[in-house]
Amino acid sequence: MSNNLLEIKNLHVNAEEKEILKGINLNINNGEIHVIMGPNGSGKTTTANAILNNPAYTKTNGNIIFNGEDISNLKTDEIARKGVFMSFQLPEEIPGVSVTNFLKYAKNKITGEPVKIFQFKDELKKYMEELNMNPKNMERSLNVGFSGGEKKKNEILQMLVLNPKLAILDETDSGLDVDAIKIVSKGIEMFKNENNAVLIITHNTKILHSLKVDYVHVLVNGKIVKTGTQELAKEIEENGYAQYK
Amino acid sequence: MKKTNLDEINRNIYDIKNKDEYDFKIKKGLTPEIIEEISKQKNDPEWMKEFRLKALDVYNKLELPTWGPDISELNMDEIATYVRPKTGLSNSWEDVPEDIKNTFDKLGIPEAEKTSLAGVGAQYDSEVVYHSMKEDLIKQGVIYTDMETAVREYPELVKEHFMKCVPVHDHKFVALHGAVWSGGSFVYVPKGIKVDIPLQSYFRLNSPESGQFEHTLIIVDEGASLHFIEGCSAPKYNKVNLHAGCVELYVKDNAYLRYSTIENWSKNMLNLNTKKAIVGKNAKMDWVSGSFGSKISMLYPMSILNGEGAKTEYTGISFAGGGQNLDNGFKVVHNAKNTSSVVNAKSISKNGGKCTYRSLVRINENAKNSKSSVSCESLMLDDISISDTIPTNDIRTDEVEFSHEAKIGKISDKTIFYLMSRGLSEEDAKAMIVRGFANPIAKELPVEYAVEMNNLINLELEGAIG
Repeated sequence: MSNNLLEIKNLHVNAEEKEILKGINLNINNGEIHVIMGPNGSGKTTTANAILNNPAYTKTNGNIIFNGEDISNLKTDEIARKGVFMSFQLPEEIPGVSVTNFLKYAKNKITGEPVKIFQFKDELKKYMEELNMNPKNMERSLNVGFSGGEKKKNEILQMLVLNPKLAILDETDSGLDVDAIKIVSKGIEMFKNENNAVLIITHNTKILHSLKVDYVHVLVNGKIVKTGTQELAKEIEENGYAQYK
Repeated sequence: MKKTNLDEINRNIYDIKNKDEYDFKIKKGLTPEIIEEISKQKNDPEWMKEFRLKALDVYNKLELPTWGPDISELNMDEIATYVRPKTGLSNSWEDVPEDIKNTFDKLGIPEAEKTSLAGVGAQYDSEVVYHSMKEDLIKQGVIYTDMETAVREYPELVKEHFMKCVPVHDHKFVALHGAVWSGGSFVYVPKGIKVDIPLQSYFRLNSPESGQFEHTLIIVDEGASLHFIEGCSAPKYNKVNLHAGCVELYVKDNAYLRYSTIENWSKNMLNLNTKKAIVGKNAKMDWVSGSFGSKISMLYPMSILNGEGAKTEYTGISFAGGGQNLDNGFKVVHNAKNTSSVVNAKSISKNGGKCTYRSLVRINENAKNSKSSVSCESLMLDDISISDTIPTNDIRTDEVEFSHEAKIGKISDKTIFYLMSRGLSEEDAKAMIVRGFANPIAKELPVEYAVEMNNLINLELEGAIG
């Protein structure tokens, strides 16, 4: 089996009848961290949503291959169960469902195996300590009344617990202060190993100060216009996206 | 994945139909002769027979309500108002006929009695077939019996309270109830006695084209406390059944009463029930209510806060599926200083079902320094379902704190996508959102009822998507 985890081929995607992605190609191998950068409206969030087949977006051309299988037309939950995770820019609030119960339920759906409650709670507690989260949040309703930072950390917690093969982090760093970004970076490092991969989607470069990445792609107007290494991010930090428009 | 149309939902235990066997079933319809026959069959004392006939008079004079759901399909000429099961009253399950006992077994009543209840009453059609209470409560002077026994053995207590809290003139179906009432429970908790474990009465209507008119009368004397649970269900028939029960609650000074209901009538039932509590000085009345079944429900429990410092709280949820019109709510009258009321009502509608929250908050001029806060939230699971809020606030003094908050919402596609990205199917995602929405109410219910409510929600949702 090849080391290739995700292959996006000539992906075109519409949102509300308007073409947002205009032919994206992307290859992610196990063990790699990729970053897609780009100005607002370039199609970053659309890319993440298209991989998980959000029905609000329509693929008009191209394929998404995950672990050797075409997942372009699978339902979101089927894709999730294959091992794709997405951290949301604006996580939804679910009143009346505690973080613990939600994650226990989701973990059971993802793994197809019963979750051992005590072991699970210990694991949860451990991750929450590492992420500097208030342990009381375990029993609070999912994301309800959480601050922006707490919501983002909660997404990272979910990533650690659900342990996907590919984690897509959509603007997880945006709106966070330096300390919170460091914690998110720490979470990514805890998660990352040779058998999984991370795709970070961001419009700024702050997170790259505390995290080493393998590839940086610049997305402008629905196309990847340049691919490079961490150096490329530095260049964009200094010069912005103007030269790519 | 199990997918069914709503009509085909297997309501399993609730839909077990026993053969329509009875000892006596009154002719359909309503005439003085029929009322006299019911009275004779029930061995009423003379005063009760007179009471029934007067109530029938009132019934004939009152008009159907001009507001709320359309109940014109109800034809009293088609309803048998009294069906006596083929058994007497017993205090041992052993003596209850097998098919009737099996029904209650499947509803979990005898089991709950062993594990978590201090007493149980079970009514089948028009009569109570089982009543029992723990020995130590009897020794403390607590009375828990069927209503007929109470009329015979505690005539003074009954005469003083029977249909005084809910007078027959209240509305047409209360008058009907007064004329044909049968069965129900009577509870008296003497001064200062705290009943720590709940009492429960379960009402099961088996007979088609009939009505259930049980009367529940509870008196919690000064400084006493009680938790009473009421459950009800019926199998589904093609013709209309009627439930017009009446619940009268007297919470005397410094007393506490919690009244919990899970109502799961079949979807051919018109549920026109009346419940009212009179709350004394520094006493507290809590209502917890889950309303799932029935075709049409008009149910507005009411607290009258008559004593200074009286408090009441209402926590309720309604769940309407296709063809159901649940018009539920809460009424409170603040009639003394320093009284307070808290309302937390929720409703869920799907498949074209309709939920209306209809309420009254009245704060009289003498109720200075009172507080009332009302919150109602509705969740609609699709575009064809209906949700409405019709509050009436009648506040006659300035020295009050009053707030009313209403929220009507739908499940957003974004929320579904979020949950599906965590591996939940669309059905699982919707069920999780609905369970979360109902959770604050479920928490107020006794554990086995919370479980039952969750099961009912799952049962209801099976048919919701597809």
